[in-house]
Amino acid sequence: MSKTACIIAAANCARHPAGHAHPEFLVSLTKDQVQHIATLARLSLAKQEFDDVVAKLSRIVDFVDQLQSAPTSNVLPMAHPLDQAQRLRPDQVTEKNERETLQANAGAVQDGFYLVPKVIE
Amino acid sequence: MADETHTLHSLTLAAMARGLSGGDFTATELTRHLLARVETIGKDLNAFISVTADAALASAAKADKARASGKAGKLNGLPIVHKDLFCTRGVLTTCGSRMLENFVSPYDAAVVERLQDAGAIMLGKTNMDEFAMGSSNETSYFGAVKNPWDTSLSPGGSSGGSAAAVAARIVPAASGTDTGGSIRQPAALTGTVGIKPTYGRVSRYGMVAFASSLDQAGVITRSAEDAAMLLSVMAGFDPRDSTSVNHPVPDYVAGLAAPVKGLKIGIVRQHFDAGLDPQCATAVREALAALEAQGAVLTEVDLPNLDLSVPTYYVVAPAECSSNLSRFDGVRFGYRAEDPKDLMDLYCRSRGEGFGAEVKRRIMTGTYVLSAGYYDAYYLQAQKVRQLISEDFRNAFATVDVIAGPTAPTPAFAIGAKTDDPITMYLNDIYTIGANLAGLPGISIPCGFAGKLPVGLQLVGAHFAEQKLLACAHQYQQLTDWHEQGPEAFA
Repeated sequence: MSKTACIIAAANCARHPAGHAHPEFLVSLTKDQVQHIATLARLSLAKQEFDDVVAKLSRIVDFVDQLQSAPTSNVLPMAHPLDQAQRLRPDQVTEKNERETLQANAGAVQDGFYLVPKVIE
Repeated sequence: MADETHTLHSLTLAAMARGLSGGDFTATELTRHLLARVETIGKDLNAFISVTADAALASAAKADKARASGKAGKLNGLPIVHKDLFCTRGVLTTCGSRMLENFVSPYDAAVVERLQDAGAIMLGKTNMDEFAMGSSNETSYFGAVKNPWDTSLSPGGSSGGSAAAVAARIVPAASGTDTGGSIRQPAALTGTVGIKPTYGRVSRYGMVAFASSLDQAGVITRSAEDAAMLLSVMAGFDPRDSTSVNHPVPDYVAGLAAPVKGLKIGIVRQHFDAGLDPQCATAVREALAALEAQGAVLTEVDLPNLDLSVPTYYVVAPAECSSNLSRFDGVRFGYRAEDPKDLMDLYCRSRGEGFGAEVKRRIMTGTYVLSAGYYDAYYLQAQKVRQLISEDFRNAFATVDVIAGPTAPTPAFAIGAKTDDPITMYLNDIYTIGANLAGLPGISIPCGFAGKLPVGLQLVGAHFAEQKLLACAHQYQQLTDWHEQGPEAFA
């Protein structure tokens, strides 16, 4: 099936949310790509979940691919729903020191520091 | 008093307020009665993650004392439960995730704080889709919530525990959050009222972030009047939320009396396309006819980019989620993998083991659309389409006051029915996502049944038009009794 056919199929699908039989989609992501994304996202995936992730992620990427056909040449991107500028505040310390309370949720602390595996030999 | 209190749970929040101020029952009696339902029905439906019985009874005693000394707050002694995404000081805040299974928040969310300051009593924390990512409550680490109308069905999500708790008359009110329909869709599927205010109307401080440009807090109740009571307290500027809007908060309760006569209601042609269940369509059309009979003026409006709202959302929301959830690294809080061999292993395994499948998919989708070479094609393009979708709404609101239509394409569906294909699940939010992308307020109210299952009518307004939505909903509820009908098994 061609890429264009996929886009049309996905667009039709959005109009039929009750869930109908889907034409077979191209698997658009390779295992290597998915592994690269997982590394960027700092996620280790168990062997048995990896194939499922490849299939479902491909399905999602194919689905959002229909955005490519939307005419947006003179449209400004929208980052904030109210078109607001970021509010500024005076540069003053407002937080209290709550180190102990905050560190109570950490997996490993010592002398007020967070512990991680050794990073410098 | 005991024999007069056995049906207290059937009262609305407004009726409970009258009962408390009239001395018909005390906050302690009310709290005890409802806690018993939390422990029994709440457990059966898996609607709760934490129950805060001791703290609730202590607060109730305080509320009774405050009332006796003439110092009762606006919501003195009234019950509330919070979606487990709102931080609650000294109480578990899990977000439905293994990642935060043991997280005890060091502070209260603004919503929690404001309701508590007004005298409301928290009875517990409700179950939800993991990190609010889901439309069926099945992604929760703590298991799916059951729909009280039929326990083999899903209550919707992500605020499914909140919706089920209100529908089963465990409590009259619950907080929720709505990023793509997570208040309105479960409200529709459980026959309750759910309001998502304008983006920035209610402070996001202390809400565990999912998609920061879309997330908004609201409530699930059984009547528009109850929603108005709570929103009057919850809404307002908060300097601790950088996107909180400094805009006056009207008295939503006083505004409920506004008549429907002359209200211009926009009907979206695309809403009634083939994807909508025919019985849901009939219920929604009858509701619109009832409003028209009261003098509302129905006009057709066009949202030409409606079909693109779901794919736009599934670029923008995962992108923001991948960024927000990068804070979970196994170091400062949250799940930490055992015996990491190095720092990278600590990060990857803590996240890999701590997050569930749907959350991982969304993080990875977001990582992909933001990654080098794909940013312009996906993320930037989605932000542009988001602009087009917002323009569609702006154009519509130039001619109408509110847009009305279905909240969800179908009534409640079976637990397990949509878990194989993420896209089928995502399309459940086709009617609700637009309001999040454009930052608009929306409300879902019960408007009839499809077979034995409730159907929701959604009203969407222009920015800060909560007042109009609540008044229209309230007026509709004066004409109909759909909102008073509950699942018989939990009467």
